[in-house]
Amino acid sequence: MTGKEKKKTKLNLRIKIADVIFKNPIWVASGTFGYAEEFQDFVELEQIGAIITKTITLNARIGNLPPRIVETPSGLLNSIGLENKGVRHFKKNYYPFLKKCKTRIIVSIAGADIDELKECAGILCRDQAPDAIEVNLSCPNVTHKGAKHRLIAQDADATEKVINALRKTITVPLIAKLSPNVTDISEIAVAAEAGGADAVSLVNTYLALAVDADTMKLILGKGMGGLSGPAIKPMALRAVYDVYGKIKIPVIGIGGVMSGKDVAEFMLCGANAVQIGTANFTAPDIYEKIMREFKTYLSEKKINKAVSIIGRLKGIKA
Amino acid sequence: MRQSLLRIKKQESINKRIKSKLKKTMRKQSKYIENAQIFSNEEIVRDAEHTDHFIMELIAPQISKHASPGQFVTVKVQENTTEPLLRIPLGIHDNEIKDTNKKGIKLLYKVVGDATFLLSKKKQGETINVLGPLGNGFCLDEILFEKGQTAIIIAGGHGVAPLYFLAKEIIKQREQDEAFKGNVEVFLGAATKEHVICRGAIGKFCSLGTDTIHVATEDGTQGSKGYIPKVVDRYLKKQTTDHCSRSTIYSCGPKPMLAEVARLADKYNIKAYLSLDAYMACGIGACLGCAVSTREGYKMVCKDGPVFSAEEINWEKELQMD
Repeated sequence: MTGKEKKKTKLNLRIKIADVIFKNPIWVASGTFGYAEEFQDFVELEQIGAIITKTITLNARIGNLPPRIVETPSGLLNSIGLENKGVRHFKKNYYPFLKKCKTRIIVSIAGADIDELKECAGILCRDQAPDAIEVNLSCPNVTHKGAKHRLIAQDADATEKVINALRKTITVPLIAKLSPNVTDISEIAVAAEAGGADAVSLVNTYLALAVDADTMKLILGKGMGGLSGPAIKPMALRAVYDVYGKIKIPVIGIGGVMSGKDVAEFMLCGANAVQIGTANFTAPDIYEKIMREFKTYLSEKKINKAVSIIGRLKGIKA
Repeated sequence: MRQSLLRIKKQESINKRIKSKLKKTMRKQSKYIENAQIFSNEEIVRDAEHTDHFIMELIAPQISKHASPGQFVTVKVQENTTEPLLRIPLGIHDNEIKDTNKKGIKLLYKVVGDATFLLSKKKQGETINVLGPLGNGFCLDEILFEKGQTAIIIAGGHGVAPLYFLAKEIIKQREQDEAFKGNVEVFLGAATKEHVICRGAIGKFCSLGTDTIHVATEDGTQGSKGYIPKVVDRYLKKQTTDHCSRSTIYSCGPKPMLAEVARLADKYNIKAYLSLDAYMACGIGACLGCAVSTREGYKMVCKDGPVFSAEEINWEKELQMD
């Protein structure tokens, strides 16, 4: 009325990956949010940019010998072992609830070999396909048959082959989740792109150990585990920074995000979207806090569109 | 003819009560996050000796309202830090605090590491983030409403924490329910007399002549000398088979002790419910981290437990882990 009213520009958090629009770039990582039902008391699920389910496999897996988790300095070591009841059970018991959540649902899949992956993806996409599939090529707890490297994600050729095979099987967007337990993660990212992936997400957990000096034993039942949490953020940021610019497809950042500023850090390094993982264990309602902080960060910087900070680190950029 | 009619009517009313109690335990429990104000946080001091055991009273109306014996909470011991990163699980010791005008819960914990040490330093008036009530709790329906049912409560060290809440609820039920005529036999086991906790507190609501508290310390400085399962064994040996069939065991404590209790339950053919422990991350059944080996595969301590029936647990696998 007075003409001196400040023009309120609405914050635009939308991002696009493989022609799919996501309402915001803050997602929840596979294995840290179950199948979402457990969190509905604490988070308004529809405000989440995308929910990535716990990894499912073709057949049920019983998971690894306990103890499966232990806290380490500013981190969490886990060896869950992809425990899940199989894709058919998922479709019948968890998928209906997820489909009702008014947000993007990305299903994470894994398999011992290409055929299992293809069959799992096929069954999943048969009636009502998810908004995307994240292929877990890199979980360090899966024993891998026959290949030269311990994991698909450690082998560029295998990565390209697997993504390519899946690409031919299904039409939904494919996200390749990469492992950091490699010499050159960009090489793997390039291979995933060549295979037809629509995006890459990195990083999965780092191979690590916890020892109990008193009992003189390894703490985890399986011995080796994967490290996640704030301790790995500097390394995850480096991986995103390294990969960004070497591929044309979007990069999704994962690794120790606990705050809105952490989200911004990953996006500045080149991530289109960011996944929150271990943070969900520190407080089941942490998503809202992180989203609030991210919005505050953008307003303080007078940035209206979230996409405008992607890859926008000032100064040196290789 | 009249006698049998009366018996049938009595059985019907008992069945009705059991059904409604069962419905209560099967109803979906709600979980809450509360920024609880610390009402008190005091060390339990015995004979002027430090025990390293603390009782924290928290003003937490929602959690207090919905808590059942055997359930637990997870607590964020320090905000705005990654050390420690995760929350710690603690059994709910009581759903009432000293100030009867305020609704809250009590947590009884022992300082065993960095997180519990930080917890012990918290002061009255500070706030602490609490999530709960979590888990399944003890099944009280096993105590049938007939005369002569016995709840055998076996606590190892600070395992007494959730068992205190259980004992209190059982005796409260007895006071409120004419038909319930059971009793409790409480066995408190500890290393030394400084570690015997809750003896007085439990004694306050027990009935002389009906309930009994047996104390055993490994060094013999209080009560009988010996390992608590051995004391329970001696007690059970003296009971009739009929008495054992009308008893239920509830236990919480170190895993080797629970394995012994399970063995006793099997030996005397008594139904037993044990509260287990495990490293936890999410506490709400999402991460699948707190797995325990059971005869039906892996189950989660935070969601399927922490209370399991003794025969469910695969003790061979569980004891191998330590």
